[in-house]
Amino acid sequence: MLSADLVTATGIAYVGLLFLIAYVSDRQARKSKSSFLRSPFVYTLAISVYCTSWTFYGAVGSAARNGLEYLAIYLGPTLVFIGWWFVLRRLVRISHNQRITSIADLLSSRFGKSSRLAVLVTVIAVIGIAPYIALQLKAVTSSIQAISGASAAQGTLRGVDDVGLAFGVAAGMALFTVLFGTRNVDAKEQHHGVVAAIAFEAVVKLAALIAVGLFVVFAGGGLEAIFSRAEAAGVDIYSTGTFDDRWIAMNVLSIAAIICLPRQFQITVVENSDENHLRTAAWAFPGYLLLMSLFTLPIALYGLTSMPAGANPDMFVLTLPLAAGQEGLALFAFIGGFSSATSMIIVESIALSIMVSNHIVMPLVLRFTQGQGVGDGRGVSQLLLASRRFSIALILSLGFGYFYLTRDSNALAPIGLISFCGVAQFLPAIIAALFWKDASLKAATAAVAVGFVVWAWSSFMPSFESASPLVAQLMAEGPWGITWLRPEALFGVADIDPLANAVFWSLFLNTATLVVVSLFTSQSALERVQATLFVDLFRRQGPVGTLMRGSAATGDLQFVAQRVLGIEKATALFAGAGAAAGTPQFIDRLERELAGSIGAASAHVMMSKVVAGSAVSLEEVLQMADETQQAIEYSQQLERTSSELRDTARKLEEANRQLRELDSQKDEFLSQVSHEVRTPMTSIRSFSEILLGEQHLEEAERQKFVATIHKESLRLTKLLDQILDLNALERGKAAWRNVPTDAEAVLDQAVEVCSALARQRQMRLVVDKQGEGASIDADADRLSQVLINLISNAIKYNDAPEPLVEVRSRRSRRHYIVEVADNGPGIARDERTLVFEKFSRGATGTTAAPGAGLGLAISRQIITHMNGRLELVPARGRGACFRITLPLSGAAALAE
Amino acid sequence: MSVDVLIAEDEPSILDSLDFILRRAGFSIESVTDGDAALAAIRRDRPRLVVLDVMLPKRSGFEVLKQIRADAVTHDLPVMILTAKGQAQDRQTAEDLGASSFITKPYANADVVGTVKRLLAEAAG
Repeated sequence: MLSADLVTATGIAYVGLLFLIAYVSDRQARKSKSSFLRSPFVYTLAISVYCTSWTFYGAVGSAARNGLEYLAIYLGPTLVFIGWWFVLRRLVRISHNQRITSIADLLSSRFGKSSRLAVLVTVIAVIGIAPYIALQLKAVTSSIQAISGASAAQGTLRGVDDVGLAFGVAAGMALFTVLFGTRNVDAKEQHHGVVAAIAFEAVVKLAALIAVGLFVVFAGGGLEAIFSRAEAAGVDIYSTGTFDDRWIAMNVLSIAAIICLPRQFQITVVENSDENHLRTAAWAFPGYLLLMSLFTLPIALYGLTSMPAGANPDMFVLTLPLAAGQEGLALFAFIGGFSSATSMIIVESIALSIMVSNHIVMPLVLRFTQGQGVGDGRGVSQLLLASRRFSIALILSLGFGYFYLTRDSNALAPIGLISFCGVAQFLPAIIAALFWKDASLKAATAAVAVGFVVWAWSSFMPSFESASPLVAQLMAEGPWGITWLRPEALFGVADIDPLANAVFWSLFLNTATLVVVSLFTSQSALERVQATLFVDLFRRQGPVGTLMRGSAATGDLQFVAQRVLGIEKATALFAGAGAAAGTPQFIDRLERELAGSIGAASAHVMMSKVVAGSAVSLEEVLQMADETQQAIEYSQQLERTSSELRDTARKLEEANRQLRELDSQKDEFLSQVSHEVRTPMTSIRSFSEILLGEQHLEEAERQKFVATIHKESLRLTKLLDQILDLNALERGKAAWRNVPTDAEAVLDQAVEVCSALARQRQMRLVVDKQGEGASIDADADRLSQVLINLISNAIKYNDAPEPLVEVRSRRSRRHYIVEVADNGPGIARDERTLVFEKFSRGATGTTAAPGAGLGLAISRQIITHMNGRLELVPARGRGACFRITLPLSGAAALAE
Repeated sequence: MSVDVLIAEDEPSILDSLDFILRRAGFSIESVTDGDAALAAIRRDRPRLVVLDVMLPKRSGFEVLKQIRADAVTHDLPVMILTAKGQAQDRQTAEDLGASSFITKPYANADVVGTVKRLLAEAAG
């Protein structure tokens, strides 16, 4: 046994070394473009992040339990890499062209840049990977315990149980990954330092495993001896059940995993700096896998025969050297396993954090901070870093949570397969993205969602069987007792392996959904363009044969036409042409059509490129089309601007018209004022002249004339006051502030003033107050002025035999209402709107009504300033009725 | 009783002043305060001259003038237009309608009296 302190210290020192490598490499990468960091071997080694502690420890365990089954995990990736030409090359090319940053980005981009799909993929990836992270935590924890003695009853780990240890490992990893992967945000999401460190770890883990393997072969007396001993001990190496449904399922899963695992996509596709590196990786990576698996069987068999029964085969890699007293080798093996786990956790959480921050956090932040100026690049990159760090913590927490819930399960491999099956749900969509133009966004979204649900039910949930009695019950009986929905025997298929069951149903329903929904849904224009970009990626490369040229050109033509003319028009055009599409006549016609949209020159350039079949890349066409698009946008912008200008001109004209109208109104007003002023002036002048010129005037006459002059002077003064008052009111310069006012008190005051006049004219003034306690926002003096004006007008113009003026007040829910009614001549219907105009007097009214010309106009302005209405309402018989409606004060209105 | 001058004016104080100065000048006066009454008085009392305010209730001074000129009987009746609207346009309207004279308010008493005398002399001559 090694001391726990030594193990911990070694682990920390090793991590420190990794950090140093990453740091130096980052600096190196920044300095020169052609360092060894960009060699295809570093790339290949980094891809071996595929081999996690699951492979490192678990493959032996798997081999010990299930024979050659573990080979499936290597076989799938080997096939994919050997066939790199078909899938990986496309992925890398597309991702470079489109600047893809993650698997979520890839699918979103292909399916019309849908953010919803990106979010879905991200969420599934995060959930799907949790078991995988848990697996690493479990492996590291187990390995620490194995190497330092199961009880760990000494050193710093004393009293720390496996949960505490795993938590410590998770926290350490989170910290490490944050330090590692989020020092800066690179637009291309490439992390040279990390890649270098991962490559280094790949060497360490391979070396460690081979060292242990060589030790085992040496200790076991050679391969032959080991195998024969195992056979003698009754170990069923060539297990009958090996190549069964489960084995097929595992192959499918490992094929999917090498493409769909976020970390594999990150390293293989995103971190790829040169497409040609794939050529090397195509043989080097399978080679690496071969070396990794070379000693799996011997170690497993030797462990099974030499270790005591019940020893955990997952830990043979550690426990075999330990048992032989090879503590140095055991420590090396521990570092190898630790490398496997750390590299996986680092890359996986970086990849996932990019997805979480790019597809979930950023869109949310952008939505909620719209227009608040997050726009400066620094703010955004700070935000990105923060969200990445948060995501890493979240991802490791989920992993730890999964570990905690499933800690009773022993074997490593099954946990990894759950994650494999989870991410495999992306495979149908990815394959469709690359090869099937008709696959639609709706279909991809539905397919991924369906696959996810089936996976969650049949693979993810069952892993909680030991943690939750409810899950156990569901698995035994199905939901509500529906047995054909039992997670591990879906649709009543109970006689196949649970893993195969989950893989088959999830992928089958996933794919079926994708195909069926695609056939029944249509694509948006953007989807179509992206689909073409993805599927026809290599169409324009290399020489095109004569026979090919026609069809290729048709495709190009259609593409160009769609891009420029829009799908609908282009489709119509090609449908109309039928078989003639591609003929020179048609090309000519198309060019003319295009010229209508983008101008003859551009159309010609575009067409000649396409038609000649010269290496017009899609990018070029797109770029041209985009330039055209920009030109169109620019011209639309110009159009907008000019329409804005027209708008402005129209508004100016309108303003001018209003000004002219105001001007003529002003002329009219001046003329009216002049008239109003001249009238009293006339009397004043005339009587002054009489008084000045006539020597022989009777005293009574003199008195009368002087009184007239005095009266007319007052009238003149009042008129001028009113004009100024009205002017101020009309210009919105009310010289008062509305304050809560007791309306009835003001009414009392006004009635008081007018009752004298009424008495003088022998007129009945009836007051009916029903608005007790009404509080309104007003100015008491101004309101009084209006009421006096209305009441006194009603009195003055009333020529009825039995003149009567009624003042009635009341309150409604929100208003205080006063009516002033008389039984006088009334106001003709066609004059009812005119009475509030300046200087208008009822033509049918009685003779001179001094000063009436502005009174109503002023009154209405005053009431308007109190947010009320002054209007003429139909009287209840003869006469006129004016109504004032004023809103009750805020408080009073609320109290109602 | 024959009437020398009919005054049609709706402002009481102006009416008072016109009445006073023209009586002082020795004319017999009848006064009305709206357009309809003016036409009625002209037909009934055959005044020798009309002092006509433009802004009259019921029927404006210009309308009254139009009626006067349209009627053969009163066609040559001297009409002095009196208005508080001193604009050139009103003066033009008055001339077009055949006003004998046009005086704006406020007027000099002497102008009114002088014009009335002149118009009556012209009519007589």
